[in-house]
Amino acid sequence: MAKLPASVTDLVNRFGPRRHDVPPGGWAPRGEPDRVVKTHCCFCGQQCGIQLKVKDERVIGFEPWEDFPFNQGKLCPKGVKRYMQDEHPDRLLSPLARAEGRGFEPIGWDDALGRTVAAMQRIQGEHGRDAYAVLTGASLTNEKAYLMGKFARVALRTAMIDYNGRLCMVSAAAASKKVFGIDRSANPWSDIPEADVILVAGANVAECAPITTDYIWRARERGAKLIVLDPRMTPIARHADLFIPVRSGGDIGVFNGMLHVMIERGYIDRAFIDAHTTGFDAVAAAVAKYTPEYAAKIAGVPARMIVEAAELWGPAKTSFLMHARGIEHHSKGVENCMAAMNLVVATGRIGKKGCGYAMITGQGNGQGGREQGQKCDQLPGARDIENPEHRRHMAEVWGVPEESIPHKGVSAVELVEKIHAGEIKGLLLICFNPLVSLPDQDFVREALEKLEHFTVIDFFLSETARHADVVLPGSLLEEDEGTITNVEGRVILHQKAVDPPAGARADWKIICDLAAGLGAGDKFAYESPRDIFEELRRASRGGVADYYGITWERIIAEKGVFWPCPSLDHPGTPRLYEGARFGHPDGKAHFQPVEWRPAVEEPDADYPVLLTTGRVVAHYLSGSQTRRIGALDEQCPQPYCEIHPRLAEKLGIAEADFVEVASRRGSVVVRAKVVKTIRPDTVFVPYHWPLERAANRCTIRALDPISKIPEYKICAVRVRKVDRPAGEVAELSPEAGGIR
Amino acid sequence: MSELAFFIDYSRCIGCQACVQACQECDTHRGVSMIHLETVERRDTVQTAPQVCMHCEDPICARVCPADAIKKTDDGVVQSSLKPRCIGCSNCVLACPFGVPKYLASIDQMMKCDLCYDRTSTGKKPMCATVCPSQALSFTTLDENQKARAGTPINEWKFGAEVVRTKVYVMVPPAVQTFEVSGLVQLGKKRAGSAGQPRPRDPNDVADLLEET
Repeated sequence: MAKLPASVTDLVNRFGPRRHDVPPGGWAPRGEPDRVVKTHCCFCGQQCGIQLKVKDERVIGFEPWEDFPFNQGKLCPKGVKRYMQDEHPDRLLSPLARAEGRGFEPIGWDDALGRTVAAMQRIQGEHGRDAYAVLTGASLTNEKAYLMGKFARVALRTAMIDYNGRLCMVSAAAASKKVFGIDRSANPWSDIPEADVILVAGANVAECAPITTDYIWRARERGAKLIVLDPRMTPIARHADLFIPVRSGGDIGVFNGMLHVMIERGYIDRAFIDAHTTGFDAVAAAVAKYTPEYAAKIAGVPARMIVEAAELWGPAKTSFLMHARGIEHHSKGVENCMAAMNLVVATGRIGKKGCGYAMITGQGNGQGGREQGQKCDQLPGARDIENPEHRRHMAEVWGVPEESIPHKGVSAVELVEKIHAGEIKGLLLICFNPLVSLPDQDFVREALEKLEHFTVIDFFLSETARHADVVLPGSLLEEDEGTITNVEGRVILHQKAVDPPAGARADWKIICDLAAGLGAGDKFAYESPRDIFEELRRASRGGVADYYGITWERIIAEKGVFWPCPSLDHPGTPRLYEGARFGHPDGKAHFQPVEWRPAVEEPDADYPVLLTTGRVVAHYLSGSQTRRIGALDEQCPQPYCEIHPRLAEKLGIAEADFVEVASRRGSVVVRAKVVKTIRPDTVFVPYHWPLERAANRCTIRALDPISKIPEYKICAVRVRKVDRPAGEVAELSPEAGGIR
Repeated sequence: MSELAFFIDYSRCIGCQACVQACQECDTHRGVSMIHLETVERRDTVQTAPQVCMHCEDPICARVCPADAIKKTDDGVVQSSLKPRCIGCSNCVLACPFGVPKYLASIDQMMKCDLCYDRTSTGKKPMCATVCPSQALSFTTLDENQKARAGTPINEWKFGAEVVRTKVYVMVPPAVQTFEVSGLVQLGKKRAGSAGQPRPRDPNDVADLLEET
C-alpha cells in the first residue's frame, strides 16, 4: 500500500529537501536580539554549548557560548548553521494524509491523531499487540526517549519498539557492559589532554566529533603520542605519531597483536590484573598466537606497526582509548570493542586522571537515548526488561501491573524484517529516516511498502515519511525543552528558544495525545517536559544510569551533571571506576578473550573491492536536516567514491568520473574522488544521501549477534566507470538524491 | 599580561570549514565569508590551510591602493576597503603577499578579514578563532600561547629581500624564527623520481605506508 503517493519529483517539489540559505529577515543587520538562549547544538553527541539569538520570536543567529566548559565556544560548521532550520520553507505546518496519486493533503490534528489511533487499535485488535511497532531515535531528548518507551509499553503494550541508536552505539555499549559493567564513556573529556598516549580506533574525530580535536591536540602539545587506526588517513591521522591504515574489519589483529607484544615485553600491570580483574589467563591464551606477523595478516598492515603501537601504548604512564563506529559497525563490533578495551584493562590505566577510555557517541543523545527505555531490551535507568526486579520497579513507577509490561522485542533491523515478513503491520516512527540510514535499502523500501498503516512524526518530510499514511508535524529541539546526555555522560539542558511554528506541535504533546486516544491518558498527564523528567528521575532511581539527584536547576547551575547521581547532594560522577571499583557485582573488570573472524561478506573474485561507509563533517546522519541547510549542503553537495590512484588506474577511473559502486544488493552512481589517503583495496562512500545516491543500497543486512548493529563498514563491491546517469532521480537536485 | 593576538597553526587544521561558516555570521559582513580555507591538494593529502588577513605592520594592500581606501587602526588591524573610496581596481588583490583580499564584483568592492573588528574592539574574540574546533585558529595572549603550545609563533616573513612583519602569528616547529617564503616557491620544478630512480616514499600515500620497508 505505502508506495509513494506521487512521483518523487512532485514530492520533492512540494516538500523538499531544498536548500535554505538565509536567516529570517535576510542578511541585513537587524539590531540587537530580543534574547539570547543558552542551549546546545542538535547535531551529534558532543552536544556543544551554543547561544541562539532570538528576535521577534524567530531564531536569527547564534553566538558562541564560551563559558560552557565542554566546548568553550568551539563549534563545527553544523553547529554554526544549526539555527537555519526553524524558519525553513520545508517545515511541515499541518498534519498530512496520503492522497493517492496526488501526494499528501493537509488534514486537521484531531483527524490525523484519530486516524493513527484507529489504525493502532484495528491492527492490534486483529493481529495482536506486537503487530504494531514503534521506531524511535537517539536524537530525542531524554524526556522524549523515556516517553516513547513508556508509550510503547504502557499505551500500546507492544514489545516491538527499538531505535536508531541500534545503528550507532550498541556495540560499544554491549562491550562496555561486558568488560567494565557500565555502559558509558569512563571519563570526562578533560582527561584526554592529560594522557601520554592516545589510541583513536575507527573514529574520524575531525569530521564526526570535531571539537574533540582540540582535546587531542592539547595532549600533543604536552608531548603525548597519538596512534590512529583507520583505513583512511583522516585529518587527525595525518599528524599521528603512528597511523595504522588497518583493513576494515582487521582491528582485532592490531589489538590482539599489541596485547601479545605487551605481555611478551612486560608492558602490563600484573598487580592491577591480579587485584582488580578476572579472565586475564583466557585473554593471554587467546592472544598467544597473535604474533606481530600473524596479527599483521589479519590487520592488513606491516607487522612493525603493531610492534610500534605496543611500544607506544604499553609503557606509557597515562593513556586514553577512543573508539567509534569504525570498529563498532561490524558483525563483530562488540568483539572489536572488547579487544580494544582489553588493552586498557591490561595496563590498569583507568579510573584515574588522564587514564581511561571513551566511546564517541554519534547521535545527539546517543548516550541518554539508550538509557531511558526505548531500546527493545531495556527499561529506564538502563534497566533490563527481563529482570523481574527491574520490571517490578517500573510497574510501580508507571502504576501498571508488572505482567502488563511487554517483554523483550527485537532490534531495529530485525523489526524491519518482521515488517517485511508481514508480522508487523503498523508502524509509528519518530526521529528516524531508515530510507537513508538502514542497510540494504531495497529491502527496507519493500518492507515499508507492505505496512497497512504508517504514521511518521517529523518536522520535515523525510525520504521515509514519503511512504507514510499520516504525517504529524513535530518540533525541533530549540522549539521545546528537555535534557540530553552528552558523550561524557554529562546531562545537559536544551532550553526552549521559540515555540514550534503554527500548525506544528511539540513532539511530547503529540505522543501524549496519541496515548490519550488509546485510553491511557491518565498515565500521560504531563504538563511539561519537566514533569516527564521528574518521573524519569524516579524511574532511573537505583538503576545503573541513576538520574535521581539531577534536577534542571542543578544542570543550569553546574553546567551539566554527570550520571550516576543518586541523590540531590551527590556531586555526580564525571569519572567512573575511581579506585578501580568496576560496575560488575564483583567490583572487577572482566577481560574478554576475542578471536578474529572474517566479515559476513568479504571481497571475492566477483565483488573484489571492499566498501566502507561513513560521514562527512557538513552532514548529520541521514541528512534530512543538513541537506536542507544551504551553507552545509554547499560544503558537500553530493556523495562521492574515494578511491586510491592505484585502484583507479587499474579500473580506468579518473578524478570526477561517474562510477558505479555495486554490491549483490544494489548500487549507487557517484563521482570518483581519487585520493592517496585511502587503502588501495578499499573504497569509501559517505551515506547521508537518499535514493540512487544512498550508499546503503550497497551495504549488507548482516548484524552483530550481540549488539545487532549492522555491518556498515565492510561489504564487497565492484566499481566501474559509467556514463552520466539519466532519469528522474538523477535530474533531482543533489540534496534530493540527484547528481551533478 | 601581553595583548591578545591571533595565531594560526596549520598543523592543527582539520579542514572542517567551521571558520568559513562562522565568518559569514559576523555582524559586519553577514552572509559573506572573509576567510579562505585552502585545500592543498586533496589527491595527495588531507592537509588544509586556513588563511585570515595577516594584518601587516606596513600593509602592502594599503600602499598600492590608488584610492587610499584601506586603513589601519591604531591597534594594528588592517580594515576592509572603505566603501565610498574603493574603486574596485584589485591592486590590493594582486599585491598582497598572502593572497588575502578579494574583489567582490557584486558590490564592486574589495573585502577582506578585519579581525572581526566589531568583536575584537569590544574584547571578544574573532568569530573564526572562537569556534575553530581544532584551535588551528586561536586568539589569545602570547604568554598563554607559549604556555599551551609546543611550537614557535613567528610573524616575520622574508620574500627575497623584502621582510614583512605581521600582527598575526603562525605557529611553526620549535627553533624556526623567520620564514624564507621564497625558498618554498619552486614553480615548475619536476618532482624527484624520474626514470631510473626509485620513487621516494610518500608519507601521505597509504599504499606506500602499507609497503614493508
